[in-house]
Amino acid sequence: MTQHNAGPVTGSILVVGGGIAGLTAALEAAEAGHEVHLVEKNHYLGGRVAQLHRYFPKLCPPSCGLEINFKRIRQNPRIHCWTGAQVEKVDGPPGDLEVTVRVAPRYVNERCTACGDCVAVCPVERADDFNYGLSRTTAIYLPHAFAFPLRFAVDRGVCPGLECGRCLPACKVDAIELGMQPRSMKLKVGAVVYATGWQPYDAARLEGLGFGQAKNVITNVMMERLAAPGGPTAGKITRPSDGRPPQHVVFVQCAGSRDENHLAYCSAVCCLASLKQATYVREQVPDARVHMFYIDVRTPGRYEDFYTKVAADPNVTLSRGKVARVSELPGSGNLLVEAENTLTGELLRVETELVVLATGMQPTASAVAHDSLGFLRVDRAAGFGAAGCARRPADVAGSVQDATGAALRAIQTAGRPIHG
Amino acid sequence: MGEKLKAFICTGCGIGEALDVEKLAKVATSEYKIPECVRHACLCGEEGRGLVAKALQQDGIDTAVLAACSPRVCTDAWPYDPTTRILERVNLREHVTWCHPAKDEDTQMLAEDYLRMGIVKAQKSEFLEPALEACSSAVPVVGGGPAGLTAALEAAAAGTEVVLVEKTERLGGFAAKVWRAYPTEEPFRDLQESDVFGQIKAVEANPRIRVHTAAQVAEIKGQPGQFDVTIAANGATEQTRVGAVVVATGWQPYDAAKLGHLGYGRCKNVITNVQLEEMAREGKLLRPADGKPPKKVVFIQCAGSRDQEHLPYCSAVCCRVSLKQALYVRELDPTATATIIYKDIRTPGEFELFYKRVQEDPGVFLTKGDVVEVKENADRTVTIVADNTLLGEKIEVTADLVVLATGMVPATFDNPTLNLAYRLGKELPTAPHGFTDSEFICFPYETQRTGIYAAGTVHQPMDTLTATDDAAGAAMKAIQCVDSVQRGAAVHPRAGDLSFPSFFLQRCTQCKRCTEECPFGTLDEDEKGTPKPNPNRCRRCGVCMGACPERIVSFKNYNVDMIASMIKAIEVPEEDEEKPRVVALMCENDAYPALDLAGLNRLTYDPMFRVIPVRCLGSVHLVWIADSLSKGIDGVMLIGCKFGDDYQCHFIKGSEIANKRLENLKETLTRLALESDRVKVVQLAITDYGKLPAILGEFADKIREVGPNPYKGL
Repeated sequence: MTQHNAGPVTGSILVVGGGIAGLTAALEAAEAGHEVHLVEKNHYLGGRVAQLHRYFPKLCPPSCGLEINFKRIRQNPRIHCWTGAQVEKVDGPPGDLEVTVRVAPRYVNERCTACGDCVAVCPVERADDFNYGLSRTTAIYLPHAFAFPLRFAVDRGVCPGLECGRCLPACKVDAIELGMQPRSMKLKVGAVVYATGWQPYDAARLEGLGFGQAKNVITNVMMERLAAPGGPTAGKITRPSDGRPPQHVVFVQCAGSRDENHLAYCSAVCCLASLKQATYVREQVPDARVHMFYIDVRTPGRYEDFYTKVAADPNVTLSRGKVARVSELPGSGNLLVEAENTLTGELLRVETELVVLATGMQPTASAVAHDSLGFLRVDRAAGFGAAGCARRPADVAGSVQDATGAALRAIQTAGRPIHG
Repeated sequence: MGEKLKAFICTGCGIGEALDVEKLAKVATSEYKIPECVRHACLCGEEGRGLVAKALQQDGIDTAVLAACSPRVCTDAWPYDPTTRILERVNLREHVTWCHPAKDEDTQMLAEDYLRMGIVKAQKSEFLEPALEACSSAVPVVGGGPAGLTAALEAAAAGTEVVLVEKTERLGGFAAKVWRAYPTEEPFRDLQESDVFGQIKAVEANPRIRVHTAAQVAEIKGQPGQFDVTIAANGATEQTRVGAVVVATGWQPYDAAKLGHLGYGRCKNVITNVQLEEMAREGKLLRPADGKPPKKVVFIQCAGSRDQEHLPYCSAVCCRVSLKQALYVRELDPTATATIIYKDIRTPGEFELFYKRVQEDPGVFLTKGDVVEVKENADRTVTIVADNTLLGEKIEVTADLVVLATGMVPATFDNPTLNLAYRLGKELPTAPHGFTDSEFICFPYETQRTGIYAAGTVHQPMDTLTATDDAAGAAMKAIQCVDSVQRGAAVHPRAGDLSFPSFFLQRCTQCKRCTEECPFGTLDEDEKGTPKPNPNRCRRCGVCMGACPERIVSFKNYNVDMIASMIKAIEVPEEDEEKPRVVALMCENDAYPALDLAGLNRLTYDPMFRVIPVRCLGSVHLVWIADSLSKGIDGVMLIGCKFGDDYQCHFIKGSEIANKRLENLKETLTRLALESDRVKVVQLAITDYGKLPAILGEFADKIREVGPNPYKGL
């Protein structure tokens, strides 16, 4: 099905990506009176920050700010959200662009009230990608507890469809449509902001660091889910091998970043993320010890205060050294971490119960103009802007600042709406 | 309102199975004499939506009470215009049937109370009348460095008239004083001319930007949309009406005179990175001691920064500046070497590539270490001793020129900048270390002065590239603020809210609590101390309403009488029924959604609680607690956001103020022979929904232990 939106062209903008940068760009423009289309590929908004337990340095939950942003969306009629949607094509001159958007079927329509009756009858399970595969959901699932929109979706990759169909009679509001088809629609906008975000660097490619081989080697994004109350362990940090809280945790910095074989750049947030995760461990396991291996500790600006605070904890040790190898010790599931002093060549060896790889951020692959490392370039002449981690590695506040500026640049191209 | 009121009860999502809906409907029709209470199996479905829409649009109904799901969901199902209609949601699903047993007496009583409270709230609500006044959309930008120039150009490009005020004789700030800039794009190899010169030309050529150099802001008074800015230049002053303000006054170098321990002032050949920049611009590096070119230059990083005795923070750019200046040394004299002694090299993101490029230069040496001693030798060379090196021992390096990478201090640190004619102070409130406030990670432009947005290094230490992006963001917020006040709407976090507080000043006793407690400096005062409202500065949190002992502050859709009436509507069972009641006043931004989440997860908790959402705990009026207790309600809970250094309150200090007020109230309770345990403040994060049943349960146990409220039945 193809739809044309009949909304006014002047002043309207398209934001691609519904993470914190995209949400911000969309909301800032909409609150300045612009018509905004927000296109998000997931079935929920919030992107990577929705998967974080807390933000540094305040250690506050991302859901708090997301809730405000969702409230802003709910009360603003000028913002139109398309989830499960991706931009296929953008044509035309800046100020008068035609965008083709493909909306993937969710298999659950807008009548869904999130009552959850369907879950009770669904016989099939899937790995929960929101929890990075650390838990399972039924084939019909709510993306996560704070999902916005609050509506279920079906993973047709595992759902047998009508030959099962048990969910259909369970749904009292006829919200499930297992035959739902993808649809395509066209939007007329004046400018586009790409805020397509990032993905964690694939830790399996980090040879010698044990990910995928040793059970108790996890990544920093998995650590966020382990610590989150809505996560796979209801917020208890435990070792994947035996479910025990770890008494000793090693953080391996620059796992992929600052490494020409992987990501040549610095991912900008991993030092702070590991320091933050050290506080998770210390808060939950009173006697636990944390050891962080780093090349440089990068905590710019006022974040230095946070570094100073965490480093003052006597149970937190920071050592300069590039981790060369992580190997599993037989029996205990413990790990031997070997780090090298790059100047003297001296090897440091530490035995630990859990290793967290501070994997870096990789910009989401995009067809839009980008540099050789994958970061998007702003092309103001074409009416294209970029914001957030798609443009450069950044923390949340930095992404929000960037996105707010991107919103302004977009509305310049799109034209200010005329107040009636 | 509520003169033409209709009630709707949704029986879907299990509500119909859990409750005696007919009995519930009688609350509306019999107790409150509402002519009609519609029951529908799916009020958010097409038919249900149509029923509500028809009532509000065709049947002459002006107020609808919808007892269904949480007001946080299905918000677009029943659209209405708050200036001509009232729609009140009663949360039967998340707060009643999803978290309490079905067909249970207590569950039914809870639902009935919520319906009563919703009806009363609707009856006490009035249509909103937004405050609409003539506004200026012009934006003054204070500061003419890269951030200020960018803010001016970006705002002008969106059609805004801009007044750029620069303190010095010329535009460009520090960026115009550097010889070269480090690269900001692939391949991150070559130094380049600063972009600032192009920006200066563009600003000077832009007809929408008026530039005042050698000028300062003498005063800013008024409110967003109606600020009057007085600019002082050349001995004359000029007043301009503007809509919102961007502050981009930048930074100043940390005072090197305080760095005697690093040799500054003691050793002739110790200079700062700012001095080196000046020399490089002149085309030659010379040792101050003898005017000869240096052969061995040592850079000392974190000169003042990351030092608890000086600047505890990192100045964010000094590593890149020293890497760049090391290339100056090499370029100006290929036989000279540069050594950088650092704690950590901080080159975030793609600037790592620039770091790599400098490392490739065989004449640049990088050494990790803490400088412990700097001494001048007889020949005026300087010896630097560093500890904690990677070799594990102290090292000594001798240089014939030492460059201190001094950090940045916000320009506003000790200079008056805005001269706000505000009751609560002349400048923007600052965060630790003197940078302008925002302590919000998600909302970094939320200063405590509505319509005034800080950008660049006055905000936090940052590089030029980040500062220019930040400036575009600040310009966006300024434009958006004007757009909002033109519509009579609030800005963040209650963006779009058309309500605003009105003050019944005839009863004001000039106690000044409202002016002092407003987190945003909204209220000024006349000579007698009577508050002077500035609605466009207001963020609609209601802290003033909670502060006023005379109860003269009210919103059309949120006021002391309304909540007090909702409390009065709660049915309090007799003592022998052993059904205690607790009023829980919950922050609508975090605690209330957390309780929704508890419902979504089907967590159960004690049914004694009657939840009332509040805009912020700071808006809670103590009379609500007094009313609750004097009515025989057994306890009152206030559940809101974390306060203190890492506060999470969306209105900065609302929850903290509420806590203070409560402490005082507890003393009063004790004097009235009422147990102070009956009142409690809880700090709750939105993600703490799993803990809510236990938190509520603990208070329920305490209330049972304390026993029935002696005022019950009086």
